[in-house]
Amino acid sequence: MQWWKSSASETQITHGQRLWLYCLAFIIMCLLVIPTVIVIPMSFSDSQYLEFPPQNWSLRWYDEYLDTPRWMNATATSFKVATLTMLVATPFGTMAAYGLFVSGGRLGKIVFFLLMTPMIVPVILIAIGTFYVFGKMGIVNSILGLVLAHTVLSVPIVMIIITSALRTYDLNQERVAQSLGSTRFRAFFEITLPQLKFSVLTAALLAFLTSFDEVIISIFLSGGGNSTLTKQMFSALRDYIDPTIAAISTLMILLSTGLMLGLQLFGDKTTEE
Amino acid sequence: MTSSPAPHREDALNATKLRVAERRQSLMVLALTLPAIIAVCLVIVIPVGWLFSLSFLDSSGDLSLVNYEKMIAYKSYLRVFKTTFNVSFLTTFLCIVIGYPLAYFLSQIPRKYVGLFMLTVLLPFWTSLLVRTYAWLVMLQRNGLINNFAIDLGIWEVPVKLAHNLNGTLIGMVHIMLPFLVLPLYAAMRRIDRHALQAAANLGATPVQAFWQIFVPLSLPGVVAGSLIVFVLCLGFYVTPAVLGGGKVILVSMQITAILEDQFNWGAASALGVVLLVSTFAVLLLASRFLKLDSVMFGRR
Repeated sequence: MQWWKSSASETQITHGQRLWLYCLAFIIMCLLVIPTVIVIPMSFSDSQYLEFPPQNWSLRWYDEYLDTPRWMNATATSFKVATLTMLVATPFGTMAAYGLFVSGGRLGKIVFFLLMTPMIVPVILIAIGTFYVFGKMGIVNSILGLVLAHTVLSVPIVMIIITSALRTYDLNQERVAQSLGSTRFRAFFEITLPQLKFSVLTAALLAFLTSFDEVIISIFLSGGGNSTLTKQMFSALRDYIDPTIAAISTLMILLSTGLMLGLQLFGDKTTEE
Repeated sequence: MTSSPAPHREDALNATKLRVAERRQSLMVLALTLPAIIAVCLVIVIPVGWLFSLSFLDSSGDLSLVNYEKMIAYKSYLRVFKTTFNVSFLTTFLCIVIGYPLAYFLSQIPRKYVGLFMLTVLLPFWTSLLVRTYAWLVMLQRNGLINNFAIDLGIWEVPVKLAHNLNGTLIGMVHIMLPFLVLPLYAAMRRIDRHALQAAANLGATPVQAFWQIFVPLSLPGVVAGSLIVFVLCLGFYVTPAVLGGGKVILVSMQITAILEDQFNWGAASALGVVLLVSTFAVLLLASRFLKLDSVMFGRR
């Protein structure tokens, strides 16, 4: 039987009759992917104007990026803030998720809702609110303020990932360890954490990317020598279309997709073992 | 949940000891949330609370409703809210129209191929929103990719203004929001019991009838969940409309920053923010009557 006459679903519809769906889905997938990756070839153009396909290929805009102290400083700041956010948000979020998962109860529900508010409150409000309050505390334009704000944005993401991992984990293993004389603390670190390590790693990377890609809070809370890459890019975008941004964008796409794809491959390997 | 301990037999080894320890530890365990709670208080509760109180002060610092009265008196504020809701509705609608067929396709193909096709949704999802906004700005410009392409194909003859207006804003926003709709919608579609469709076919339904009368209604919770995430995110959206709107599409979040930059009027900006927050909560509250809220929050990055 030819493929297009074979049944495609429970309702006996054939692949041939489904062809329009496949075409439509293909078009939509192209519309999703092409705008995401189009800047990659454009960034290798020699021209002042971004063109596709580039007439002459060159690394001109990458040189421009690497030779401009403004961009280099911003990149260093972004990496610093994202790394610190990851290092703070991952333990905070993991602790909170574990605590809420184990204890539950009414109080737990209230705490859960409170910790999830960063996902509901419009970021612009967090941005101007922290700008005002951090200004009074004197931590605007500082790494500390940015890390604090980005941590709060990342904690819900960490919590969601760790909670869903805990759902498939049998907490009785900790009880066994405790009945054999281990402390709860040791039981968590030696029994639970090693089994959650893939989820913790996922959560940590997402916390890193959340901070690295965050724009609005960075616009308000970073400045001077501590401007983040996204803040610099945003202000450059508003003025004119600087081809250097295409080069930076390419590097950012490679960074995020590289991290996430690497994680998926790593995840496949650990689940197979 | 695991909070209730397995029933201990009174004569079991160390039963009382274990129970006391368990109770004490349950409280200690909840204390693990403290660092996160303190951080949320510092970044959300105190600052947003502060804005809330600022919105009720006039320029001399006295308690008044002047900031809210202005919002009703001036047509420009009303227009901003109207634009915000319009753009959010349009974006959500377009996301459903475009996202539903894609999610349906993903839910129909064998699971082993889903990973590959799902990458087309995840790749944009993982990519910075600023990068994608920049890409659209480049593609939509006067001599950009789309204009050149359309002119070469003879679809239109002179370059059309695509960026720096409502069209550009909508195109960019739909592209950025689409994964937020497709991912929960796909999950909901996979949960649909395939036997229901088999049963429909057995009872004589044509594929088209089975789709509209069985599949679509069963997928509606997914549509609602996905569009809710998209709508709420759109309400507070800033970056994409600010870059692609070119000052012609003013959303609430942009108005807030404009007021701060131009007039440094914290009271007026705060009042706008409070109304934005209240409308967001109102939408969520309204929706939570129809579905569980925590299943919705699961989807956002």
